[in-house]
Amino acid sequence: MDIHEYQAKEILANFGVDIPPGALAYSPEQAAYRAREIGGDRWVVKAQVHAGGRGKAGGVKVCSSDAEIQETCENLFGRKLVTHQTGPEGKGIYRVYVEGAVPIEREIYLGFVLDRSSQRVMIVASAEGGMEIEEISAEKPESIVRATVEPAVGLQDFQCRQIAFKLGIDPALTARMVRTLQGCYQAFSEYDATMVEINPLVITGDNRILALDAKMTFDDNALFRHPHISELRDKSQEDPRESRAADRGLSYVGLDGNIGCIVNGAGLAMATMDTIKLAGGEPANFLDIGGGATPERVAKAFRLVMSDSNVQAVLVNIFAGINRCDWVAEGVVQALKEVQVEVPVIVRLAGTNVEEGQKILAKSGLPIIRARTLMEAAERAVGAWKNDLTENTIVRAVQ
Amino acid sequence: MSIFIDRETPVIVQGITGKMARFHTADMIAYGTNVVGGVVPGKGGQTVEGVPVFDTVEEAVERTGAEASLVFVPPPFAADSIMEAADAGIRYCVCITDGIPAQDMIRVKRYMYRYPRERRMVLTGPNCAGTISPGKALLGIMPGHIYLPGPVGIIGRSGTLGYEAAAQLKEHGIGVSTSVGIGGDPINGSSFKDILHRFEQDDETQVICMIGEIGGPQEAEAAAYIRDHVSKPVIAYVAGLTAPKGRTMGHAGAIISAFGESASEKVEILTAAGVTVAPNPAVIGDTIAKVLKEAA
Repeated sequence: MDIHEYQAKEILANFGVDIPPGALAYSPEQAAYRAREIGGDRWVVKAQVHAGGRGKAGGVKVCSSDAEIQETCENLFGRKLVTHQTGPEGKGIYRVYVEGAVPIEREIYLGFVLDRSSQRVMIVASAEGGMEIEEISAEKPESIVRATVEPAVGLQDFQCRQIAFKLGIDPALTARMVRTLQGCYQAFSEYDATMVEINPLVITGDNRILALDAKMTFDDNALFRHPHISELRDKSQEDPRESRAADRGLSYVGLDGNIGCIVNGAGLAMATMDTIKLAGGEPANFLDIGGGATPERVAKAFRLVMSDSNVQAVLVNIFAGINRCDWVAEGVVQALKEVQVEVPVIVRLAGTNVEEGQKILAKSGLPIIRARTLMEAAERAVGAWKNDLTENTIVRAVQ
Repeated sequence: MSIFIDRETPVIVQGITGKMARFHTADMIAYGTNVVGGVVPGKGGQTVEGVPVFDTVEEAVERTGAEASLVFVPPPFAADSIMEAADAGIRYCVCITDGIPAQDMIRVKRYMYRYPRERRMVLTGPNCAGTISPGKALLGIMPGHIYLPGPVGIIGRSGTLGYEAAAQLKEHGIGVSTSVGIGGDPINGSSFKDILHRFEQDDETQVICMIGEIGGPQEAEAAAYIRDHVSKPVIAYVAGLTAPKGRTMGHAGAIISAFGESASEKVEILTAAGVTVAPNPAVIGDTIAKVLKEAA
């Protein structure tokens, strides 16, 4: 789960990481008021969306007057911010964060990640702050400093000092850098984060170390023990199809294609999407309905897939292991009677009792297109979608 | 014997009184697995599916001589149960539980390293379908009847996609020596590399099939290991060619977050290491059949 910059900063500040003075606003007027409260004569107005690359996309503006803040906010609120991480549809701006501008001397990149090779928390830092880590790895890989945390004892001060010295930070600031790194690690480990990124961490002209931006991602599997973190979820930043799926306990990722997929198991779901692509189509979604494909789950899945107006055919691929195909087939038939599905439905069942399952689908009287293998299913789905398109085009041409 | 489990291996089920655990315990016993007991704290003395329940793994090991364990414990308590098994002297542990926090797994892995190599428990999973040596024993939730005994060793991150591969092999009349699910989580007990090492040593395995997916470094690490240490033919399939970057595809570990983690990059890395890559999931069986024929 992702959270906003201002929320991440609040968490990190509680662990001893210094941040510039700032406040949240829900309207242009409130933003101007917040700036007056903060004081000074230059402020940074930052759109709060769950994505990186906000600066380049015009979501971060330096302002030096009340009027300028209001004007900037009027342009931001209600708009969709499109960055290289949001996809073409962008993410809505409903909150802005106003921060007092600080004199920047140096910019540092600082990240904490779960490193899957060492199976530990890894710190990644670079003296080339402000650039994205992908750019730094590609252009200045020698500037990257890494350290892994021994899980039994946690991050040690000497490791923090090593990082500070390798980054060439003024020795007078070492203790502050150690406090910053320890604060980030404690927040990471206390709240089961999977990522903490401060880019940039800045050293100011008056020798302070401040987190100018902050991003935190949390382990969904650990949210049960951090209810106050779960409360930070902002549905306005999610694909509405995915929010609905998450609320129903289904694992769904929306894509741009038009062949909807209903599959049991994550690996098989990805493999099904790949086969559709191979057959000349584009999948509309990833959807794993879980190992046990009960009629209720199949019906929920149909409702969810059909809520995407781009879907022009649905491919159901279920490998019935412990569950039998006849039982899954009954579920599909029941779901199709409950849910209005006006596009071609292709069903491929495999595993236990396949023949009985096929018979149930055939006898149902529903216009289900059956397939035996994964390839056949994908080809029929793509074929049905194309035929459907042609028919509609012909109808339109005749009219 | 097969890698990890055999007809005689005494098995306990941790969390045996749960609905799912009961169901699969019965299924494993029916398959011929030597299930000797279960563990649920506070429920010692009960009997489930004809086997005794103990309060602790330590007691279960003392009383039954259990060597392997299957963990069905809910996510908040699963890490603790795995460590309990490691401490009690269990040799091989499979964890089925999906949804264990990643930092819990980091602690589990660190804890297991407390023990010297010769008595260190091997863990596969979590978030996997288990391990089966067809015709001998089943330690997991997979449908036993889709696997024939035979010469193919299977290692996979996904459950149902692994079934798909086994079913395709069965159509060809080809069997499996052992199939091991390593699970879909970012931090797991054993990697492809660990299991490849076992299959390389295993007399019953002639060819190895690896079913990977997007996310993480394990397929690339496996490729380097295969190039330097594996003499048996390896066939691979990598799921997720159409998966977008930065999105979690069902499995907590199936997310492209770094260079080399996409399906196409993994296919390239595996191919360069001499692995035969099945171009799509529908031909995994055909590809293995062809490689087996060439090897014969």
